[in-house]
Amino acid sequence: MDNKQNKQEKPDTAVQASDARPVLEGPDIARVLTRIAHEIVERAKGADDVVLLGIPTRGVFLAQRLAAKLEEITDRKMPVGSLDITMYRDDLRMHPPRALARTEIPGDGIDGRLVILVDDVLFSGRTIRAALDALNDIGRPRAVQLAVLVDRGHRELPIRADYVGKNLPTSLRETVKVLLAEEDGRDTVLLGAKPTS
Amino acid sequence: MQRHLISAADLTRDDAVLILDTAEEMARVADRPIKKLPTLRGRTVVNLFFEDSTRTRISFEAAEKRLSADVINFTAKGSSVSKGESLKDTAQTLEAMGVDAVVIRHGASGAPYRLANSGWIDAAVINAGDGTHQHPTQALLDAFTMRRRLVGRDAGIGQDLAGKRITIVGDVLHSRVARSNVDLLHTLGAEVTLVAPPTLVPVGVERWPCEVSYDLDAVLPKSDAVMMLRVQRERMNAAFFPTEREYSRRYGLDGDRMAKMPEHAIVMHPGPMVRGMEITAEVADSERCTVVEQVANGVSIRMAVLYLLLGGNEPAVSHARTTEEK
Amino acid sequence: MSKILIRGARVLGGEPQDVLIDGETIAEVGAGLSAEGAEVVEAAGKVLLPGLVDLHTHLREPGREDSETVLTGTRAAAGGGYTAVFAMANTFPVADTAGVVEQVYRLGQEHGYCDVQPIGAVTVGLEGRKLAELGAMHESAAGVTVFSDDGKCVDDAVIMRRALEYVKAFGGVVAQHAQEPRLTEGAQMNEGVVSAELGLGGWPAVAEESIIARDVLLAEHVGSRVHICHLSTAGSVEIVRWAKSRGIDVTAEVTPHHLLLTDELVRSYNPVYKVNPPLRTERDVLALREALADGTIDIVATDHAPHPHEDKDCEWAAAAMGMVGLETALSVVQETMVDTGLLTWAGVADRMSVKPARIGQAVGHGRPVSAGEPANLTLVDTEYRGRVDPAGFASRSRNTPYEGRELPGRVTHTWLRGKATLVDGKLT
Repeated sequence: MDNKQNKQEKPDTAVQASDARPVLEGPDIARVLTRIAHEIVERAKGADDVVLLGIPTRGVFLAQRLAAKLEEITDRKMPVGSLDITMYRDDLRMHPPRALARTEIPGDGIDGRLVILVDDVLFSGRTIRAALDALNDIGRPRAVQLAVLVDRGHRELPIRADYVGKNLPTSLRETVKVLLAEEDGRDTVLLGAKPTS
Repeated sequence: MQRHLISAADLTRDDAVLILDTAEEMARVADRPIKKLPTLRGRTVVNLFFEDSTRTRISFEAAEKRLSADVINFTAKGSSVSKGESLKDTAQTLEAMGVDAVVIRHGASGAPYRLANSGWIDAAVINAGDGTHQHPTQALLDAFTMRRRLVGRDAGIGQDLAGKRITIVGDVLHSRVARSNVDLLHTLGAEVTLVAPPTLVPVGVERWPCEVSYDLDAVLPKSDAVMMLRVQRERMNAAFFPTEREYSRRYGLDGDRMAKMPEHAIVMHPGPMVRGMEITAEVADSERCTVVEQVANGVSIRMAVLYLLLGGNEPAVSHARTTEEK
Repeated sequence: MSKILIRGARVLGGEPQDVLIDGETIAEVGAGLSAEGAEVVEAAGKVLLPGLVDLHTHLREPGREDSETVLTGTRAAAGGGYTAVFAMANTFPVADTAGVVEQVYRLGQEHGYCDVQPIGAVTVGLEGRKLAELGAMHESAAGVTVFSDDGKCVDDAVIMRRALEYVKAFGGVVAQHAQEPRLTEGAQMNEGVVSAELGLGGWPAVAEESIIARDVLLAEHVGSRVHICHLSTAGSVEIVRWAKSRGIDVTAEVTPHHLLLTDELVRSYNPVYKVNPPLRTERDVLALREALADGTIDIVATDHAPHPHEDKDCEWAAAAMGMVGLETALSVVQETMVDTGLLTWAGVADRMSVKPARIGQAVGHGRPVSAGEPANLTLVDTEYRGRVDPAGFASRSRNTPYEGRELPGRVTHTWLRGKATLVDGKLT
């Protein structure tokens, strides 16, 4: 198996730079994350019991960036980790098994903490459902919140985000692809048309 | 990967590394308060053991249960089911009950291969040891143990065992562990040397991808890991070696011999150990001996294999994944 | 008496000729014979051979009628072009008394598809300890001349020596299944590269060769003759070649499967390839072909070994050893020996009819295709090519390693003393 390809946890791989147009560029993404960080501090009353858990692959980088911003704002060390949801997915039987990504829970755990899940795109909500199940096996947070860079709509489950970078109305025939410097070499969000097959 | 796991020789380098990487993630589940994943919920796995092997069965069972599979244990030891009809009939009976995978341990070399390829059943077949042929999950857990110890738990991710020098000592002739390890370690880039009295090396070994030596002391200083195989006392009666004492003197691992190994080198054993025969208590209980670790790693490896064979709609194969909805 | 004119057949692969059968005998051989009063069999392009003789067949009756009977086995033989088969002694009860060999002999006579010449056991119960009543079996109605414990080796050197000596009194021959028992304990396949990989117990070539070497020396020492069953290794060929060069009275047989198949096939763990002696390496196969061509190996014998389906539909170690072979033997010989240019059709007649009849003293078989000889004949369509379909076998068992394999040649007619047993590929 080609590990490189499988690192793309939720690939909208069909999106090609050529036929997709950017809806958020590098500076926009930085601005959006700064805003979300401020919202977290405000709503979590100082964010002193926050634990950030990114959902691989790109949610992890976003969580790390958010943590850095939060540390700037609060001047405190911000616990940040990753939560792989692969083995909790409800569509496992519909695809070949995926390579697993790392689950890294910060040292003090999540019991009694405010866990903020961080992902790049919120779509059907199934990923977040899986994440809630996974959390359940790891501990009992005081509360769980969700931060996403893009909410593209079309929810299939009663799930909503607490912090949204950009609401992006899309059609089901479109694809949304988040590129981040850590993984892809540049920061951008692309909206493209699904290839007709 | 193929639909079944019959032989370590069937694994490509990338397949093997994927299994080891996946097992590394599975191992982390063991550190959690709830050591369970919902991944194989609703799947039924039968442990079909025609040969007594409590450790291997328990290891598979633990792995299956941690992945939430439904587990059926079928132990058919003893001579009453040594006839071939039993294998076919038993397998078909189990399949009629809706089994998704069969983990089989059998005294006859090739029985799992036959089960997977004879058209008797549709379920995935995982070889848990067949005769003197193969024991692929043992080789995988050994490789996993070596990678952790010799490369590093985190540094090892995505890595193979290129350039590592592995010495396997003992009854190679009757050992499925040796066969599986030679195949897998070679695939992973390691250099394997077999050490045994000539009577316990199979005719035809010259075509195996490894070296053969009769001199343990000469090989030890050049070994990153030394794997001691169990030597059954019965072999003595079949004139494979003169006496137990002579065997341990020439091929057993004691403290003095262990001192000849490089400092970082580890001692491995698939278990059960015959203390005083191939290994002394001093070595078996030392820090460098990974026997207990190997047992723990066995569960992680078997979880990884089960997940990669059964976790999806088809086994993890060597092609790009299809596009899917998020 | 009825007359049959076989028109335009290539006798022993030579120029087309007509062969007139009158009653049980060949009346005339020549060009343009009159068809008057005769049933005509058009044989243009086909090869006419003397009826084939198999020195090594397991008919399983009495005792294992679930795998074969004298009737089904002789029908299979007729279908394969045979007019005489030698039935091995490892039945239940063992053919170690006059009573059992006479029963088998009579069953063959009654069914009339093929002459059945029983082989007597060398030792009581094939146990290798005590000589069976060899003289009584010889003097019985079956007239046994070949003795063998086949399936087991007469491994005790003294018993072997005595048997070799004893049968001299009535011109018998001992056919040895050469397998040193201690060296083959737990043996499952040829010992070598493949067995090392598959983890199957090895059957080393030396276990066969050491017994052959001993037995040719014993035969020389006591001035007797010895026949080697199913010789399977290049080393055995060398020993027999050496023995013959010394003037030792030894003959040897090779099976069709050892001329074609190798131990690489065992990688499938499919017990249809499990046989004793085991399939060997390509080097052995080539040496056996060459030895059959140059006469070091005298004959082809099938070692036709029927087994019921359940004895093969299982894991390798639990499976029975053996393959059916009567109905595919000639095709395999054509594929490996004729189509490769190693042997002419006259050579095939020699290795599959003349010499086996001579070794087994099968009266009236293996004779020239000429006037006055018994009309034991086989007509072969050598141009035919087709896939082997076990469903069409006359044998009760289907354990052929050739299922689905394309092989050349097809026996269309067989005559046993002028009586057709096979017509246009159909048993009568």
